[in-house]
Amino acid sequence: MTEAPSAAILSARDIVKRFGSVEVLKGISLEAKAGDVISMIGASGSGKSTFLRCLNLLEKPSGGQILLAGEELMLAPNRDGDLDAADPAQLRRLRSRVAMVFQQFNLWAHMTALENVIEAPMQVLGLSRADAVARAESYLERVGVAHRKDAYPAFLSGGEQQRVAIARALAMEPSLMLFDEPTSALDPELVGEVLRVMRSLADEGRTMIVVTHEMSFARDVSNRVVFLHAGRIEEEGRPAEVFVQPKSERLAGFLANTRR
Amino acid sequence: MIDFSVIVENIPAFWKGLQVTLLLLVIACASGFVLSVPLAVARVSPNPWLARPVFLFTYVLRGTPLLVQMFMVYHGLAQFEAVRESIFWVALKSPWFCAWLVFTLNTTAYTTEIFAGALRATPSGELEAARSLGLTDGAMYRRILLPSALRRALPQYGNEVVMMMHATAIASTVTLVEITRVARDVYYNHLSAVESFGVAAVIYFVLTFSLVGLFKLAEKRFLRHLRPDTAGAL
Repeated sequence: MTEAPSAAILSARDIVKRFGSVEVLKGISLEAKAGDVISMIGASGSGKSTFLRCLNLLEKPSGGQILLAGEELMLAPNRDGDLDAADPAQLRRLRSRVAMVFQQFNLWAHMTALENVIEAPMQVLGLSRADAVARAESYLERVGVAHRKDAYPAFLSGGEQQRVAIARALAMEPSLMLFDEPTSALDPELVGEVLRVMRSLADEGRTMIVVTHEMSFARDVSNRVVFLHAGRIEEEGRPAEVFVQPKSERLAGFLANTRR
Repeated sequence: MIDFSVIVENIPAFWKGLQVTLLLLVIACASGFVLSVPLAVARVSPNPWLARPVFLFTYVLRGTPLLVQMFMVYHGLAQFEAVRESIFWVALKSPWFCAWLVFTLNTTAYTTEIFAGALRATPSGELEAARSLGLTDGAMYRRILLPSALRRALPQYGNEVVMMMHATAIASTVTLVEITRVARDVYYNHLSAVESFGVAAVIYFVLTFSLVGLFKLAEKRFLRHLRPDTAGAL
């Protein structure tokens, strides 16, 4: 990469998160450049999901700094002692450029697949219905669920729901995609179809941060792996280094436990 | 035996009574619905200055019988010189206005709680998804929270409308000639309960099942996003 550091799509600096007296994130910094696919791995409770949710302020961080394409998200302390957006309009603008895919899909149950995908482009980006539908149909096609566009989420399989959720995220044409354990709620036989879609998105050069338990995805698809332990980055690097020659004992132990 | 001539003779009166009953029901439910939606939003607000007064309102209105509320407004307020001399008296001396006011406030209280419960039952993940995509709070209420909650509330709301329909009988105590009042008049004229209250009961019964049928149709339309097995459990 020849870009200057400020050209990073995302930089999170020294993110701290406390729940009461428990400090679950003890200062995590992460930088994502265009085209990066970063896998965040670690035992449950290591803080990886919390960190991801801090990036778009679904979780209010207790400290730290978040920049998106060089623009700093203005933060101000709230009553609970956490940081909240100082300017809600700026937060909404930045959120519209960072799409998130959730473990539980979180599709809107009263809307069809297509309606789920056109909603935010129309409401947030101001697209006309016709444009939003055209865009939605192309992304539903892209993730292989176009034939289910008029179905309600409850009538879709988990894998189909998650692919619709990915289409919903893609329809915002975001500069960064966050995946919060996207395959953890799926039956084993449905994991593959979602991972295939994510792999193809990575191949397109999209910038992604993926919290995952899928070690094969982390190893084969991402260009950087971050191992979290007890709210800190214990080790990070290219998958070839991290998986083949882990420096920390904890990572070695973690990998030994996840290997089948 | 049943004297059918009494029934036939009073069909026009019952027909008029039916119209009054339906009109009372429609105006009360329409105003109740319009008031309940914003009140329910306030009721679930994290801001206590919004939520508390609404809670107090529903608590008081659900805690007293409708008949007592009706007497308080229609007879009670008239006791006060100040009320009789205020500009509100033009409205408050009308039994129609009092019935509308009391029914509306009463059904608003119950409907607000029904809608508030449905709002609270919105899966938090659906709201997180809306937030994560940058929807404004307004858009989130308009597009996600309210459409989802009002759908969820439909079966319970249908119940409330049926209960309200039965409650319109209370308007007979403030001189409005709806079905129950017609039945009472027929009873006093002929001293036969079957031809009077029996007919009223049949009319209420038919009305109830028509309403239930209408709400079943509405559920089919608005709850079609639920899987058949989960929809059946409602």
